[in-house]
Amino acid sequence: MSTQSLRVSTRTLRSKRRMSALRTVAFLSPWLIGFGVFFAYPLVSTVYFSFMKYDGFGVPEFRGLGNWAYVFNDYPLFWPALRNTLWLVLVMVTCRVLFGLGVGLLITKIKTGTGVFRTLFYLPYLAPPVAATLAFVFLLNPGTGPVNSILGDLGLPTPGWFTDPTWSKPALTALALWGVGDLMVIFMAALLDVPKEQYEAAELDGTSAWQRFRFVTLPNISPIVMFAVVTGVIQTMQYYTQPLVAGKVASGIIGGSGQQFEPGYPDKSTLTLPQLVYNLGFQRFDYGSACVVALVLFALAMAFTALLMRRRGGLIQAGD
Amino acid sequence: MTQVLDNPVRLSTPTTAERTARRRAFLEWIAVHSLGVAAALFFTLPFVFVVLTSLMSGQQALTRDLVPDSWEWGNYRQVFDTPGFLTWWKNTLVYAGLGTVLTVVSSVPVAYALAKFRFRGRNLSLMLVISMMMLPPQVVIIPMYLFWAKQLDLSGSLWPVIIPMAFGDAFSIFLLRQFLMTIPNEYLDAAKVDGCGELRTLLRVVLPMAKPGIAAVALFQFFYAWNDYFGPQIYASENPGAWTLSYGLESFKGAHHTDWNLTMAATVLVMAPVILVFFFAQKAFVEGVTLTGVKG
Repeated sequence: MSTQSLRVSTRTLRSKRRMSALRTVAFLSPWLIGFGVFFAYPLVSTVYFSFMKYDGFGVPEFRGLGNWAYVFNDYPLFWPALRNTLWLVLVMVTCRVLFGLGVGLLITKIKTGTGVFRTLFYLPYLAPPVAATLAFVFLLNPGTGPVNSILGDLGLPTPGWFTDPTWSKPALTALALWGVGDLMVIFMAALLDVPKEQYEAAELDGTSAWQRFRFVTLPNISPIVMFAVVTGVIQTMQYYTQPLVAGKVASGIIGGSGQQFEPGYPDKSTLTLPQLVYNLGFQRFDYGSACVVALVLFALAMAFTALLMRRRGGLIQAGD
Repeated sequence: MTQVLDNPVRLSTPTTAERTARRRAFLEWIAVHSLGVAAALFFTLPFVFVVLTSLMSGQQALTRDLVPDSWEWGNYRQVFDTPGFLTWWKNTLVYAGLGTVLTVVSSVPVAYALAKFRFRGRNLSLMLVISMMMLPPQVVIIPMYLFWAKQLDLSGSLWPVIIPMAFGDAFSIFLLRQFLMTIPNEYLDAAKVDGCGELRTLLRVVLPMAKPGIAAVALFQFFYAWNDYFGPQIYASENPGAWTLSYGLESFKGAHHTDWNLTMAATVLVMAPVILVFFFAQKAFVEGVTLTGVKG
């Protein structure tokens, strides 16, 4: 008797487990399909094409490491794009995090009209990238743009911004600082979470405002600062629309349907890695080499994502 | 007598301290709010200059003037009369509207399973979702383009960017999962005690509680589609009838390359809907930004 009931209960347990596994698969199914079709398959395929010579017509031809050698040794845009990416990581990400933290601090100190200020600070983040970039190319146009008009009236230097290779990335940085709203909100939330008692205790100890920031605020918000830095770096790997549109519009040669323009105008200074995938794949129809750049981009993006998810002290915790 | 003499001295010391404290607070108020006004100018002046230029005559827009001599509201009408502009609006609304609905419907069950089911491989699944979220779309674009254009013959339309949204969007799944984690399990357990299956629990109990999260995801996805440049560039560039506003705007600049007034009017028309939507849904939006930034 007892063995039988035990058997029955293990059977119901097993079928229950099977049911719950089926249920899990059912709930996950949209993403499981999406993961396979739009992530795993194309990723494997990208690796395959990186070893092939293929222009979209005929049959792909094995080329060994030829595409890799071409991209690293002979493709004139690869190293400038990588250097630009490094510049953007070092300067643009740093500026954005510091500015975001500054604006976040400022908004927590503002006592009158907080809501209005917060909305005004946040709005530019929402401006569609193409529209925002067009606006900045106009505002910063060297001859008649409002910014240079004002700088000129004040007797300050009037740089060529998007038309000058040394000023094009600072101009893009200005655009990125204008849209700092996302970081402002994240820092604001983090700053409001710092326990009030710690400030009160520090004040009783007679500390200066800077000391309170350094020894109370900063340790409390350092995980969020790290988060902002790492996601900033990942966003830089994806940085595409703004530099591309800025270069196209500033160069004055604009094509809707695949017309050629000088990539990275002026003088390759606005090239980023994602643009190279477009240039190689959709302007030169060298799909193999485009896939090589895609894989470099993949490796960089995943390295920083791993940093974000690192188990110990990871910034995005997976557990419950 | 000594007591009487003592008293005023004792009283006056706190008042001076109080006065300096009050003066310091006032000076700090001035400093903070001056900085606030300076920052507000930095964030708003670009909008102001763009709007002012959009109302200038074509001649004046090429000068250094900041304020229009005559207010040319007709510029906006001229933009609307540009061939294609209304089609781009329609396409953008279809892409953003349909894409948003598909994303929400397909992402909610996935997020629910990742937040509340216990199964082997859950942490791995979540890591894969985050990896997909961080992946630049250019990484897989060559095979995807070949798939949509050569195998399914769908280039020249927006379907290659809309259809994938029916299969869960990584960012939306992640954001919703973060939100669903905040719903206490007791509610789900109670529903199950009442005899609800998982699907019923999701629809009857979880969805009503998750409205703010869903609103945030819907907004983000709407803005994503509205702003998307790369997708339409790859799949729709060959057919102007399938362009979206973000993609068409750049070619508008190309066609009117000395008409800064018209280009700025078109820019305003692309920005305005996003800003209007934001004002109606500000709370949900800011909540969403915070959720993705704060660890789960």
